[in-house]
Amino acid sequence: MEIDKKNNGVSASTTATQPLWLLAEITYQCPLQCAFCYNPTDFDKHTQNELDTNSWIKVLRQARDLGAAQLGISGGEPLLRKDIEEIVTEASSLGYYSNLITSGAGMNEKRIDALKDGGLDHIQLSMHDITEEINNFITNTKTFKLKQKVAAMIKDRGYPMVLNVVMHRYNIDHIQEILEMAEGLGADYIELANTQYYGWSLVNRDQLMPKKEQVENALKVTNKFRERPGNKMKIFFVVPDYFDNRPKKCMNGWGEVFMIVTANGDVLPCHSARVIPNLEFPNVNDSPLKGAWYDSPAFNKFRGDDWMQEPCKSCSEKENDLGGCRCQALLLTGNAEGADPVCSKSPDRHIIDQAIKDSQNPGVEAKPIIFRTNANSKKIENGDEKDRLAKFHATP
Amino acid sequence: MTVDTKDIYKIAAHHRFQWEKAQDCYVILFPEGMVKLNGSAGEVLNLVNGESTVELITDTLSKKFSDAPNIAKDIEGMIELALDKSWIEKVN
Repeated sequence: MEIDKKNNGVSASTTATQPLWLLAEITYQCPLQCAFCYNPTDFDKHTQNELDTNSWIKVLRQARDLGAAQLGISGGEPLLRKDIEEIVTEASSLGYYSNLITSGAGMNEKRIDALKDGGLDHIQLSMHDITEEINNFITNTKTFKLKQKVAAMIKDRGYPMVLNVVMHRYNIDHIQEILEMAEGLGADYIELANTQYYGWSLVNRDQLMPKKEQVENALKVTNKFRERPGNKMKIFFVVPDYFDNRPKKCMNGWGEVFMIVTANGDVLPCHSARVIPNLEFPNVNDSPLKGAWYDSPAFNKFRGDDWMQEPCKSCSEKENDLGGCRCQALLLTGNAEGADPVCSKSPDRHIIDQAIKDSQNPGVEAKPIIFRTNANSKKIENGDEKDRLAKFHATP
Repeated sequence: MTVDTKDIYKIAAHHRFQWEKAQDCYVILFPEGMVKLNGSAGEVLNLVNGESTVELITDTLSKKFSDAPNIAKDIEGMIELALDKSWIEKVN
């Protein structure tokens, strides 16, 4: 059985499987302010109670005992933590295949060497565009040259390099040049991840969403690039579900493979699960991971298909996508147990169609993007952006 | 790709082959992926070490599983698959 987060290689079961993938969202602080960040808009309130080094080491040991073998160290920007080297060293000795997911900010010669010595297996670097202008615009920071420099450093140290490019209307037409740049930098893998609309990217959805023709063209260009003779770079193209008529099999199924531990120790089955109301997620400060994974009501809530409503319940395709994304269903329809509205069989598909229409309105670019900053996080938390959010979020 | 009995292979760069106690099987780990190997695939790749020829691997496994027919063919097939998936690479 092949477990790959890019395909649907894992089938659903009603009995809990073992977690294979641990994502440690080690800090929500980040020097970049990307408009498409999937982190929660209320991240600022979680920045005061980050887990300390010893707690993370405990998390690594417990998850490894449960079966996790892939480890992603993410954020925010994980390099803002001074103890990443220590955490990586522990992960390596436990037998994880470890991945640092970084914007490059905070990386330097000394740290990249220390991480190598500690046993870090690979590095995923975010890239935004071939132009300095778009890079700096979408991240709201001057980070273009930094990323080029860090990419060279990663290759120089012999790490496998994964470049992650979140695609949106400002860079999607540059896909050929982005692929050429990635190849030139020696990337082993590139993920062309069309923006999925959660957290900050949902707030900025109108400003980010490309046209359908742009997406189709991007896919065509990507396939052509991939099929060139001698192509060595592995290319993942993450399709934007809004333009599809079936939802994605989110996280390969709720509580099936992935376990996320957030900066403050919450244990989640997916990045944005905390948007679902009336679900209490376990926290590593209170309960061991084993209980969180196997026994917590939150992790069991959407396992298997007993929870499904129509049209999913009797759908012949339910095994393919398990009804799609619970968070998207909640955010857009107000019902976490309903079909993901992306599905053409969902009675709520019109919400997606309307969103696509709204984003094509020539007036939307005039509205300012709300960048991912602590100040904006506080503002949203205080209700200052209520009107704008009401447009996106269903009221449960 | 055809496999010769004199070929020597090793686990490919950027890949790691290891025993997973919790899963009770061998796995291959690489960026963004993990493959759980079934029993026979695991036995074969466990002997792919950058030194042993396919012939030696076949000898070793023939002794270990003396009641398995056509083992040489199965081993070759497994090595072809692993090459095709880029889990292993040729040394000599």
